[in-house]
Amino acid sequence: MSQRKHLPSIHVPHHKNTAGAETVTMPIPDEVSISMSQNIGAPCTPLVAAGDYVKVGQRIGDVDAFVSAPIFSSVSGTVKAIEQVRGSMGGFETHIVIETDKKQEVSEEVKVPEVGNFEEFVKAARDSGMVGLGGASFPTHIKLNPKNLDECEYLVVNAAECEPFITTDNREMIENGQDVLDGMKLIMHYLDLKKGFIGVETNKPEAIANLKRLIDQNEIDNIEIVELPSSYPKGAERVLIYEVTGKTMDAGVLPAQLGVILDNVSTVGVMAEYFKTGMPIIRRRVTIDGDAVQNPQNVYVPIGTRIADIIEFCGGYKKEPRKIIMGGPMMGRATKGDDSPTMKNTSAVLCFGAEMAEVKEETACLNCQRCHTACPFGLMPSIFADAYEAKDVDKLNRFKVMQCMECGSCSYTCPARRPLALTNKLAKMMVKEASN
Amino acid sequence: MDNKYHGNLVVSSSPHIVTESDTTRLMGSVLLALAPAWVASIYIFGLRAAVLSIVCVVASVAFEYIYNVITHKKQTIKDLSAALTGLLIAFNVPSSFPFWMAILGCLFAIVVVKQLFGGLGRNFSNPAITARIFLFISFSSAMSTWPLTRLQPAVDGVTGPTPLALYAEGGKDQISQIPDLWHMFIGFHGGSTGEVCALALLLGGIYLIIRKVISPIIPCAFIGTVFVFGLIATGSLHWALFHVLSGGVMLGAFFMATDYVTSPKLPLGQLLFGIGCGIITMSIRLFGSYPEGVSFSILLMNLCVPLFNNLSYKFYLKEGGAKNGN
Repeated sequence: MSQRKHLPSIHVPHHKNTAGAETVTMPIPDEVSISMSQNIGAPCTPLVAAGDYVKVGQRIGDVDAFVSAPIFSSVSGTVKAIEQVRGSMGGFETHIVIETDKKQEVSEEVKVPEVGNFEEFVKAARDSGMVGLGGASFPTHIKLNPKNLDECEYLVVNAAECEPFITTDNREMIENGQDVLDGMKLIMHYLDLKKGFIGVETNKPEAIANLKRLIDQNEIDNIEIVELPSSYPKGAERVLIYEVTGKTMDAGVLPAQLGVILDNVSTVGVMAEYFKTGMPIIRRRVTIDGDAVQNPQNVYVPIGTRIADIIEFCGGYKKEPRKIIMGGPMMGRATKGDDSPTMKNTSAVLCFGAEMAEVKEETACLNCQRCHTACPFGLMPSIFADAYEAKDVDKLNRFKVMQCMECGSCSYTCPARRPLALTNKLAKMMVKEASN
Repeated sequence: MDNKYHGNLVVSSSPHIVTESDTTRLMGSVLLALAPAWVASIYIFGLRAAVLSIVCVVASVAFEYIYNVITHKKQTIKDLSAALTGLLIAFNVPSSFPFWMAILGCLFAIVVVKQLFGGLGRNFSNPAITARIFLFISFSSAMSTWPLTRLQPAVDGVTGPTPLALYAEGGKDQISQIPDLWHMFIGFHGGSTGEVCALALLLGGIYLIIRKVISPIIPCAFIGTVFVFGLIATGSLHWALFHVLSGGVMLGAFFMATDYVTSPKLPLGQLLFGIGCGIITMSIRLFGSYPEGVSFSILLMNLCVPLFNNLSYKFYLKEGGAKNGN
C-alpha cells in the first residue's frame, strides 16, 4: 500500500468559503417536517399520530425491514399532521409535521446504550438512527454487519469531502476530532479490524493537523491519515477505496466484499457521540452557502427544519434565489422550493442566484473526449449518449454504462454543455428496464 | 409558511456547475495559438498575408451566418469554429492568392464540407484541409505560385518555388537553392501563408498541449513518422529535419490533424491516425508526382477515422474499458 495510484479526476473550484466557520446552533423553528424516507431502503412508518405530544429523541418512525433506520423527533412539541409530500425523487413521502413548543424536553427513551459485544454494537448502531451522512444515506448498521465479517480487515473513513462548497466533514474533524477517533476505535474494536484509514483531501490542512495531533496524543498506532489530491471525485466510494487500499471495486459491489468497512467521517463522529450520550441523530451540521445567501456558514440544524427557516437564520437571501440545491453542486439535488425540510443526509443547502442557476445551452459535440478523460473509470459518456439516443442497450452494456456512478465529471467538463451525467442516468434506467 | 420560493426555482439534473471552458473558449485558444504564426506570416510575406486572412475569416463567418439564417438553424458563429476555419484556409494558400478564389474556398469549406453534413461535430473531414485540396485541384497554378519572402533575392521576379518543389525536381542546382535548416525553421522559405514559420507553429502547438486543448499524441506521431521515414529514406539527419520543417507538416500536425471532430476518439486510434498521416505525407513527397502531401494525408486519414475508432474500441473493451472495472 506504499505506492498509491490515482484515478483520473477533474479540478473543480473548491469554494470552501465556510471552512473556517465554526458551527453555530440555530434556534428551534416554529415547525419541523420530518420525512419518513431518510435512508436508502424501506421508508419508515410513523409511530405517532396527529395530536400526540413528542419529545426530543423520541422514536417517531420505524419499520421492520432489513435496510432501514429509525427516525427520531428533533424537537419537543405536538404532531400537527401526517402529510403526503412530493419528495425530491418525484415520488410521495410521508412527513410528520410537528409544531414545536421550544422547550426541547428530552424523551425518556434517550439513554446511553450498553454494549458488550458485536451484536449489541450493531443493534446500538441501528438505534442511533445513523445513516451515511455524506449523502448516500445508507443505513450504517448494515454496513457494520457484513456477511463476510471475518474477511474484513480495514476501516476506511471517507473524509475527502470533494464536493465544492461543503465543509461539514471538515468542521467535524476540527470540532469533534476526538469523536471521530473514538468512533473509529469502537468500530475497529467490535468488528475486529486491524487497521483504520482516514482519506482526506489536502485542502483541509486544519482538519489534518488536528487529527494528527489527536492521534499522537492518544498514542494510536493503527489509524493512518491518507492525504488525497484535492480533486474531484476523490470522495466517491469506489474511487476512495481504490486510492486508499489499491482495491478495484465494481459497481454493485459492497466495500465489505473487498474486506473494507467504509463510512463517512461525520457518520463515525456523530455515532461516537451517540455511544457517549445516547442521543440519536436528531440534528446535523449543514453548510449554508451560495451567492444568494447573506451569511454563508455552518449550522447545526434540527432534522426536519425547512430551508427557509435556516436561510432566515443566516440573514436571509442576499438576492433572489433561482436554484436551491440540497447537497453539493456536483451530485446534490435541486429542490423545487425553500419549504423543503432538511434530512439526515442534507450536508449542504446552496442557494444560487440567477447567474449561477442558469442552465447553459447545449451545443454540438466536438468529439473532444474530455468526458472520457475526466471519467474516473475511463468510461465513454459520448458513446453512451449516442447509444441511448439509438436505444442500443447492447452497446450501452458493452461500453459498461452500469459502471457509471453519476459523479457528473463528464457534464462538468463538456465544452458543449451536454448533460452527459443525465444521459448516463437515463441510459442506466434503460438498461435496467431492458433486463427486466 | 412563506412559499415565495416554491415551484418557481430552476430544477435541473446534477451537476449544477460546469467548467468555464466551453466550445468558444477552446476555439479561441486555438486562434490564440495561431497568432504567432499569423504575425510571422505578415512579417515574412508582408501586409497581403494579413488582408488575406481577414478576408477568409470574414467570408467563413459570413457563410456560416447566412447558411444558418437560410436553413433556420440556431446561429453558431459565436463558437468561433467558422473563424478558425477561415484563418486556416488563409494559412493554407499562398499569400498572393486571389481573394475571390479564397472566398470560394471558404464557401466550399463552410457550406459543403461542414454544414451540409450537419454542421460542427458532424463533418467527416477537416473543412480547411478539404478546401485546400479543392482549391489546389481547381486552381492549380494560383495554388502553386509562391510569393518570395522578404529574405529571398528577387532575381527572377516576385515568385519562386517552395523548398519541397526544388527537392522534388532533385537537380544539383535546385538542391543548392534550398534554404538552410535555420531559415526553414524560422520561416524564410516559399510556401503557404501560415505554414512557413515552424518556430511560431511549434510555439502555438506547445501552448495548446500545455493548456490541454489538444493531446500530444497526433502531432508527435505525425511529425515523428515524417522524421523517421525521412531518416530511413534519405539516410541523412539533415534531410529528415528538412522534411519535418518544410511544407505543411507543422501546421497540419498541430492544428489540422488534431481537429477533434475528424480525428479518432481513443489514444490508440490517434496514434495510428498520426502515423498514417506521416506515412502518406512522405510517400507522396518521395514517390508521388506532387511535391507536397500533408493535406492529402490528413484528408485520407479523416476518412479512416471510423476504422481507427472501431479498432481501438476492441482494445479498449478487451482491457475492461473502465479502468476501475473488471
